[in-house]
Amino acid sequence: MSLKKTLFDPIFNNNPIALQVLGICSALAVTTKMETTLVMCMAVIIVTAFSNLFVSIIRNHIPSSIRIIVQMTIIASLVIVTDQVLKAFFYDVSKSLSVYVGLIITNCIVMGRAEGFAMQNGPGVSFLDGIGNGLGYSIVLIFVAFFRELLGSGKLFGFSILPLVNEGGFYNGNGLMLLAPSAFFLIGFFIWGLRTWKKDQVVGEK
Amino acid sequence: MTGHYLNLFIKSIFIENLALAFFLGMCTFLAVSKKVKTAMGLGVAVVVVQTITVPTNNLIYNYLLKEGALSRFGFPDVDLTFLGLISYIGVIAAMVQILEMILDKYVPSLYNALGIFLPLITVNCAILGGSLFMVERDYSFPESVVYGFGSGVGWALAIVALAGIMEKLKYSNIPDGLRGLGITFITVGLMALGFLAFSGISL
Repeated sequence: MSLKKTLFDPIFNNNPIALQVLGICSALAVTTKMETTLVMCMAVIIVTAFSNLFVSIIRNHIPSSIRIIVQMTIIASLVIVTDQVLKAFFYDVSKSLSVYVGLIITNCIVMGRAEGFAMQNGPGVSFLDGIGNGLGYSIVLIFVAFFRELLGSGKLFGFSILPLVNEGGFYNGNGLMLLAPSAFFLIGFFIWGLRTWKKDQVVGEK
Repeated sequence: MTGHYLNLFIKSIFIENLALAFFLGMCTFLAVSKKVKTAMGLGVAVVVVQTITVPTNNLIYNYLLKEGALSRFGFPDVDLTFLGLISYIGVIAAMVQILEMILDKYVPSLYNALGIFLPLITVNCAILGGSLFMVERDYSFPESVVYGFGSGVGWALAIVALAGIMEKLKYSNIPDGLRGLGITFITVGLMALGFLAFSGISL
């Protein structure tokens, strides 16, 4: 597989959230604002890429019976570093992400790619695969966050796009968009759209 | 006093449902929600593991990691909270392993019924999430027992309900692109909408 394919395939053709059903847990919770979403995406890309890299480097030395523990330790250490960096430099964002930064540990994308890809491939390709899957995850999150913030509070990155009625504008914020259910609907529609575009991803028979 | 615990219990099941309000444990939630029977097995496993790990992590946090917790051993300034994540996941992995061995030896029928789900629970975000919420909200030990049990029951309830709906949905004619994961998401969204009705209730 070419390098370009490794990097870009996970974005639409083999999207971790829409097709592989991985990493959905945190995908929904952090998407009420664009800013927190972007930080979360960066964190996931970095953790996935580096955990893939490290697992791949030592893949020939890991006894297969304890590989899950080894992978878990690598991932957990990376997440701790990320968490500490966020707390030091982006304190407000890290507060609003609350427990979800820690939950990157159990994010199945990271674990799934380490187990499914990095264990069989060289460090360079694994690193790219990590970035690619991180991007595929990000694109869904950003899609969801864009609509939730725009329709829910009329803003993007905290700037007013659709002025709200109670601030003298014309737009009446859709409160549902800020609540949990809207994220499920949006991801559902995203998958619907993606599968209508790429017919081969449709599952099940009529 | 009992009222406080009862309130926490109800709150952790319905209002702060781990699956439907905090989106935790979604991966397994969506993957295992095809049949009510398997969903039930996974639900029970989550309740058991959650009830054990949340209080255990509570003890670890309060007596080892918290700032000043090590003063008994002569380290009054040591703050080990940054080691939290790695210790919680270690505890969870170890607990699941121990539980697996105990069940295998003494209750083989339950062990066989749970099957593959037990080891999978290690990477279930709902379990780690429960421990992290416990730390964030600073629950006391008895509170953490109630919270662990309640949140596990809430998760189990959600997955069994979803599996029930999915079983019925098999007979409906769904648009091509929406089949499979898409319709599951929409269904879960509607369920979350239903659970929103509980918000604001307190005893």
